[in-house]
Amino acid sequence: MAAHRCGLFLVIILIFSSLAHPSSCDTLEKADGNVGEKQGVSDAHREVNADGSVTGEDLNERQWQSTDVELDRSDGTEDSEPFRPAPAKDEFQEELVIRPLHSGDIYASFQFRTLWDTDFLQEGQKVSHYRLFPKSLGQVLSKFSVRELHISFTQGFWRTMQWGQPFIPSPPGAELWVWFHHTVSDVDGNWKELTNVLSGIFCASLNFIDLTNTVQPSASFKPLGLGNATDHRFLRYATLPREIVCTENLTPWKKLLPCGSKAGLAVLMKSEKLFHSSFHSQAVHIRPVCQDDQCTNKAWELRQTLNVVFDLYTSGQGKREWSLFKMFSRTLTEACPLASSSKVYVDITDNPEGELFELSPATSLLSQAVVLGDRRTYSVYDLTRAETFGQLRSLNLLLRWKGESGDMLRPLLHAERYVAGFGLQTGEIHTVIYNNHPYRAFPVLLMDSVPWYLQLYIHTLTVTSKSRDNKPSYIHYQPAKDRHRPHLLEMLIQLPPHSMTEVTVQFERALLKWTEYTPDPNHGFYVGSSVVSALVPSMVAMNTNFTKDQPLFSSFVPVKEESSYFVRVYTEPLLVNLPTPDFSMPYNVICLTCTVVAVGYGSFYNLLTRTFQVDEPSPPLAKRLANLVRRIRGVPLLT
Amino acid sequence: MGLLSDPNRRKALTNLLTRLNTPICMVCYLAAIVWFMGLAFEPFTLRTYMSENAMGSTMVEERFSAGERALSTAKEFDAHKRKAGGMPVDWLVKMMQARGLEVFTQSFSRKLPFPDENKERYMVRGTNVYGILRAPRAPRTEALVISAPCSPGNSNNQAVGLLLGLAQYFRNQVYWAKDIIFLVNEHDLIGMQAWLEGYHHTNITGMEYSPLQGRAGSIQAALSLELSSDVITSLDLILEGLNGQLPNLDLANLFYAFCQKLGVLCTIQGKLQRNDWDTAEGYTHAAQTMMLMVLKQACGRSWGDHGLFLRYHIEAASIRGINSFRHYKMDTTTIGRLLEGMVRKLNNLLERLHQSYFFYLLPSLSRFVSIGYYMPAFGLLAVILLLRALDIWVHLGTPALAAVDGVSEAEQPSGPGVLSVLTPVVISHLTGVALYLLPVHLQEIAVEHFPVSETEAVVLTAIAIYTAGLALPHNTQRLLSGEGTEQGWKVLKLTALLYLAALLGCTALINFSLGFILAVTLVPITASITPHMPKALSALAMVLLSPAFTILYCVFIYQELIEAPVSINEGWMLFLSVISQGILDHALYGSLVYPLLALFIYPCWLMFWNILFWK
Repeated sequence: MAAHRCGLFLVIILIFSSLAHPSSCDTLEKADGNVGEKQGVSDAHREVNADGSVTGEDLNERQWQSTDVELDRSDGTEDSEPFRPAPAKDEFQEELVIRPLHSGDIYASFQFRTLWDTDFLQEGQKVSHYRLFPKSLGQVLSKFSVRELHISFTQGFWRTMQWGQPFIPSPPGAELWVWFHHTVSDVDGNWKELTNVLSGIFCASLNFIDLTNTVQPSASFKPLGLGNATDHRFLRYATLPREIVCTENLTPWKKLLPCGSKAGLAVLMKSEKLFHSSFHSQAVHIRPVCQDDQCTNKAWELRQTLNVVFDLYTSGQGKREWSLFKMFSRTLTEACPLASSSKVYVDITDNPEGELFELSPATSLLSQAVVLGDRRTYSVYDLTRAETFGQLRSLNLLLRWKGESGDMLRPLLHAERYVAGFGLQTGEIHTVIYNNHPYRAFPVLLMDSVPWYLQLYIHTLTVTSKSRDNKPSYIHYQPAKDRHRPHLLEMLIQLPPHSMTEVTVQFERALLKWTEYTPDPNHGFYVGSSVVSALVPSMVAMNTNFTKDQPLFSSFVPVKEESSYFVRVYTEPLLVNLPTPDFSMPYNVICLTCTVVAVGYGSFYNLLTRTFQVDEPSPPLAKRLANLVRRIRGVPLLT
Repeated sequence: MGLLSDPNRRKALTNLLTRLNTPICMVCYLAAIVWFMGLAFEPFTLRTYMSENAMGSTMVEERFSAGERALSTAKEFDAHKRKAGGMPVDWLVKMMQARGLEVFTQSFSRKLPFPDENKERYMVRGTNVYGILRAPRAPRTEALVISAPCSPGNSNNQAVGLLLGLAQYFRNQVYWAKDIIFLVNEHDLIGMQAWLEGYHHTNITGMEYSPLQGRAGSIQAALSLELSSDVITSLDLILEGLNGQLPNLDLANLFYAFCQKLGVLCTIQGKLQRNDWDTAEGYTHAAQTMMLMVLKQACGRSWGDHGLFLRYHIEAASIRGINSFRHYKMDTTTIGRLLEGMVRKLNNLLERLHQSYFFYLLPSLSRFVSIGYYMPAFGLLAVILLLRALDIWVHLGTPALAAVDGVSEAEQPSGPGVLSVLTPVVISHLTGVALYLLPVHLQEIAVEHFPVSETEAVVLTAIAIYTAGLALPHNTQRLLSGEGTEQGWKVLKLTALLYLAALLGCTALINFSLGFILAVTLVPITASITPHMPKALSALAMVLLSPAFTILYCVFIYQELIEAPVSINEGWMLFLSVISQGILDHALYGSLVYPLLALFIYPCWLMFWNILFWK
């Protein structure tokens, strides 16, 4: 038993060490000989210092470029990049990744990264000088002693089966998770204030985050930045699945960019187009990173991401083609002057000979990266160079489909969730997790946060894979308190290869107090997405027969570090109907109840409990006196 | 209530009630019938109106124009259906995928308890195909369903064609806030049941099905299409669902509103609306329409694919195209526009349909009778049972009333009666259990010994047990409890009256039509029955007003109302098939009418039968 526990502990440690320790992440990337510059897209704590300071990583990059000369046709041009004057301390990078999707849709992912070389947490110093880093966020960080902050606003649901994995997953609605510094004494107080402040900054209803929808996950969310804090007392996680994201959230988000939406990639962000899409997600991630490879000083990294998927059918008008203008109704004319790097990447992995789609203007710059366990090839357009824009002085990427849109994908890890049963008394939450890997089993961490008004029957929790009971090796369950805190259920489940694992738990729907109903109670109540976090065996490692572009000596034993990658999958939120009174007739109900109670119940109670006697007329006075005398004498009374 | 606590006045009241009991009961009965028939009279009913704000004023502009293409798709579907000899699964999957939907299939199989001779099926095996149109920027929490059954032969091809046409048109629109599921179900209700059970991961009827792969959250509303010809003269709206459940009235209002807007003739119960309410014909027409609704609702079966949705709290209706060779014709484009408008309005819903009525009767599409108006008709019938019960209670108490406390004394003479009451009650209910269980379980034995098919065996066994029940109880009860007393039958009748009142009351709350029809036939005879009546005559009256004969009358009245009168012989055959369908509906979809009749109403009726033969 002890050995078993020990093993379980090791597994958990294994999963999260790769998340928690940036160092191990770095090794992952370093060992991966093909990590390109845009590796930062997939995850990562690496800093690409374009200002020429030779860091360890930079060195590493050079090595990669020299080994892969034949692959990267642009190598020479990239090296001859003009030397830019080093910015004072802060640094800004922007990039756009365009991935034509299997279904004919197109996925555009913006990332903006601002680095701020200061560490106010350590020294406790007041910082009042801001250059590129937005002051509003900087003040928030220092005031609430935030170690790490991740906030995302998403409208729509990422269709994994059609689109594959996103670069940065996020659940529908708003999601906020924050690691506080370990010096914070009143975490809940800070959290409450922080959500209110953020609510103001992003024009969102984050102020609806309170104790009833906040949880402290013990394992699912680990810091992505420096430091390996594991005490989940300093972590707060909340989602608002009902939050609707629109332009009023986009505008403040754009204002955080150094160039605003005036120059650079951000000019493409016209809200009428961005919200005319199948999926829209914007996020802000703030975390501490190292300033250099010695990690003597910390820097703050602000990563703003915006992911959007455009639908082929609704905007197609019969033509199967995409262009920047069609997507954003703008073209690119310049990079943001403050940016140290500004690039557009187009994923051409599935299109090596141009048989699937045609890309114009063509570019000679190619780059390879292992993103989400898969080796991808990208065409790169560097906006800092004038020749990218050509004669017209504007860049309008055109992508014309040739092939038919494909069938549905089978992503290695995929999850969905639904409510089973009918009626308004009980129900059952089913979470189905698919492992589509042909031969590898891997563990996943499932986190479920269920509001208190669904009263979970935790004894009915079952986990079945391949119609057999699958005992989770780790369960962390925190029961709900009515009106105070939600249920939190975290489980470590081993998914057998090529299987479907079903997690079910029954619940009872609570009857709320009449003031607790929302203004539209018949719409239903939302339950946030459950989160599946896993280290998934990568496609690269899966392919044991690749000799195409690798020397033989390097490919016999699959490299340990790249054999799996971290992925987080969100399921769909649930909409659950609770028993709802008919609010339109309180008057009728009050009248009826009062009448029934007053007239019906009152008199029946009277009738049933009283004994009735026929009232006899009282005897005359003489007789009563006589009886009194007789009683004293002890003789029978007169009647 | 002061009236009741004063013994003298209480006595006067009870005297009045017992003395005038029979006249009051008769007046109540007549009043109930008159009230009920008055419901169809237009000045007494309300005009329908849209209650749901989100579906209120119509700002939707319908643009669907691919009616012709839908018809050619229908022809293609027909050809593939013939080639595949059933559901052309692969073709449908391909077509839906080409329209940009996420397509999934579900296979199911079901062995019926006994062969269904109406539809000629016993071992049913099929596949449902459905495609989900994912709404842009919606988190998969809400969905609408449009379904079309894949029927054998030539019927319903146009419905599938139109479904695919709508899918293609809808896919290119941007305004969807809810996912839309396009479902083509095989084997009509059985396929629908399998799909619904699969979607909600329940199993209430022992169906075998493969689990669903794709879902779209909680379904808000559903429409089922039935179109069998290229041109349509009118559209019929079918609302009656399983166990007499009805969708929210707003769904009917929505349909009516769009029919008005697009100038489409619309009917309910296959009857057009008339404007001459003040003439006798006009009134008869409305009364006929309402009676048809009452009969359809009372039988508790699902009259279209929509009926099975209602159990899951999904508002649903079937729309059936009728080609009755009138001059006025509509093409598929118009019907497509009508559906487009309805779906867009449903898409606008912020909450589930809940604003309007769930309990109503429709004398025409533009008039409705709400629960508040029709319930008094039933209440007047139920009050008869209570009055009779009060009368018997008073009579039981009268001999002991000389004592000071009437209540405690009255129990002693009825003491020996308890056993005599208990025996008939138990025996009647055992007969009911036999009627419920035996027909299906004994079919094999019956088929072995008699030259009948399984279906006939089941129905005839049911009738045999029903008839045997008439002979059984009044013979056995004497053996068990000895000589019955005057007191005894009164206690039994009191029990039976209250039992019947409770039963009918509960039934009427859930399914008014069923409760009312049963009350109309059962109340007169049960209220008046005593052992002192002429045996042969009253026995005949009782049998003629028993539940089985009620079903028979309903069959004839129904045929009369749909203007397809039948001869006695045909009527009898229909009656037999109604019984087999009732048993099948219970086994396949969980309809509750058969168990209600077998386990409760019939035993209760037997108790009165017992009273008639009390010795």
